[in-house]
Amino acid sequence: MSDNIVEIDNLSFGYKNRLLHKGINMVFPRGKVVAIMGGSGSGKTTLLRLIGGQLKPVSGKVRVAGQVVHEQDRAGLHALRRKMGMLFQQGALFTDLSVYENVAFPMREHTDLPESMIRDLVMMKLNAVGLRGARNLKATELSGGMARRVALARAVALDPAIIMYDEPFAGLDPISMAVICNLIRNLNDALGATSIIVTHDVEEVFAFADYVYFVANGVVAAEGTPDDLRKSELPFVHQFVHGEVDGPVPFHYAAPDYRQDILRSGNV
Amino acid sequence: MFSALAGMLGGIGHRIIDRLWRFGSGLRFFAYILIYSGESFRRLHLTIREIYFTGVLSLIIILVSAFFVGMVLALQGYNTLQRYGSSEAIGVLVALSLVRELGPVVTALLFAGRAGTAITAEIGLMKATEQLSAMEMMAVSPIARVVAPRFWAGVLSMPLLAALFSMVGVLGGYMVAVPLIGVDSGAFWSQMQASVDFREDILNGVIKSVVFGVACTLIALFEGFDAPPTAEGVSRATTRTVVNSSLAVLGLDFVMTSFMIVA
Repeated sequence: MSDNIVEIDNLSFGYKNRLLHKGINMVFPRGKVVAIMGGSGSGKTTLLRLIGGQLKPVSGKVRVAGQVVHEQDRAGLHALRRKMGMLFQQGALFTDLSVYENVAFPMREHTDLPESMIRDLVMMKLNAVGLRGARNLKATELSGGMARRVALARAVALDPAIIMYDEPFAGLDPISMAVICNLIRNLNDALGATSIIVTHDVEEVFAFADYVYFVANGVVAAEGTPDDLRKSELPFVHQFVHGEVDGPVPFHYAAPDYRQDILRSGNV
Repeated sequence: MFSALAGMLGGIGHRIIDRLWRFGSGLRFFAYILIYSGESFRRLHLTIREIYFTGVLSLIIILVSAFFVGMVLALQGYNTLQRYGSSEAIGVLVALSLVRELGPVVTALLFAGRAGTAITAEIGLMKATEQLSAMEMMAVSPIARVVAPRFWAGVLSMPLLAALFSMVGVLGGYMVAVPLIGVDSGAFWSQMQASVDFREDILNGVIKSVVFGVACTLIALFEGFDAPPTAEGVSRATTRTVVNSSLAVLGLDFVMTSFMIVA
């Protein structure tokens, strides 16, 4: 058995004539917390969807637990997805269900457990995220941070081997952010899972990730442990880690000459 | 000149191909619903819940409209029939108009406006908030879990709603014809009983409403499922649901009526 639960091998992906990823290689070792970082629009979330089999690559392979994801039939893909849990950016809780029913959803769909056991499991998962007391609330009554914690409880409902997080810190206050950071690390270690985090929040993720990949212009621009990357002299990594306005990633979107643009009359 | 003409023809061609493409996608979507229906029948409570949302919650608008349509039919019918001295035939006129045409058609149009738009907006928003994606990632098919129960709920609700529409419409007609205008109550009912045929009139009406149920629900579901996941995308999809459902109902009605009358 390979030490890597997920392997991305020379992967290219794109829409029509525009390639978003151009030969990406990444490995995700079992038991580790690995972050994928990069600017907005660099295709980080798309990588998660490729791992989950919701998109097919143009070329290259994504292997999960030794199996190529996009070569699976529907049953095979469903079997692979049962090993994965995914936390979506806004939680993606089912708005017509209560907190309790949201967490119970995967259990009801995939197991024949008796109701009493489902209740115990849901309570355990909700307790782990600190929201056992909110079980009767509707999904629409939760704050952003709470919704994400419930979604996390739902993502780990069936004790997945891989937990994927899509921008888990976006739009959260500092307290909620710290709570989510702790939960990611603790759940990963308690479940013996592998976590893949897509984010652009440098400080939060550098504090607890084991390994970090930087994606820029469709390739892995840099990789290493958070300490390595902090010290990195690569211009892109330096700009990203220190949040500088201008650098290899320009402030301005590609545009004609400013002076000529101003002086030119006529339509926009 | 030539290039402008070619551009125009090209534009028309593009539109036609686009429509055909969407029509094909819609049919494929229909096939998927049928394939996944077995899975959703095993969770019958989902379909029952949707019957409540699409059927039961549409009752008020359908019944109130039916009552008014029935009353107006009686007024208009009496106005014409009395010239020929056959105002007792008003019961027949009201019942046949409702059972054969207005029941199924008006119910379907109201259904598209009330339940169809709700279905499109709900599914479009579920897509925009990644709920359908989340379901897929949990190895649960959104077609089996979300779409198929709504489809069968719509298909089952429509004939029942149409039947209730006709019933309440006849009552509305009665209220105007008998107590208000003074037509003989016995003549109103007996002529209706003698002239409304079960197979020719009622069964054909039921067939129509089932077909409208399939068309309206399918269009609402497809538009929601196919909507771009943005506020604008969902609003456009909701509009398309009403427009396409109405056109489909009226078009299908003409085709089915032609077959039924010729046969």
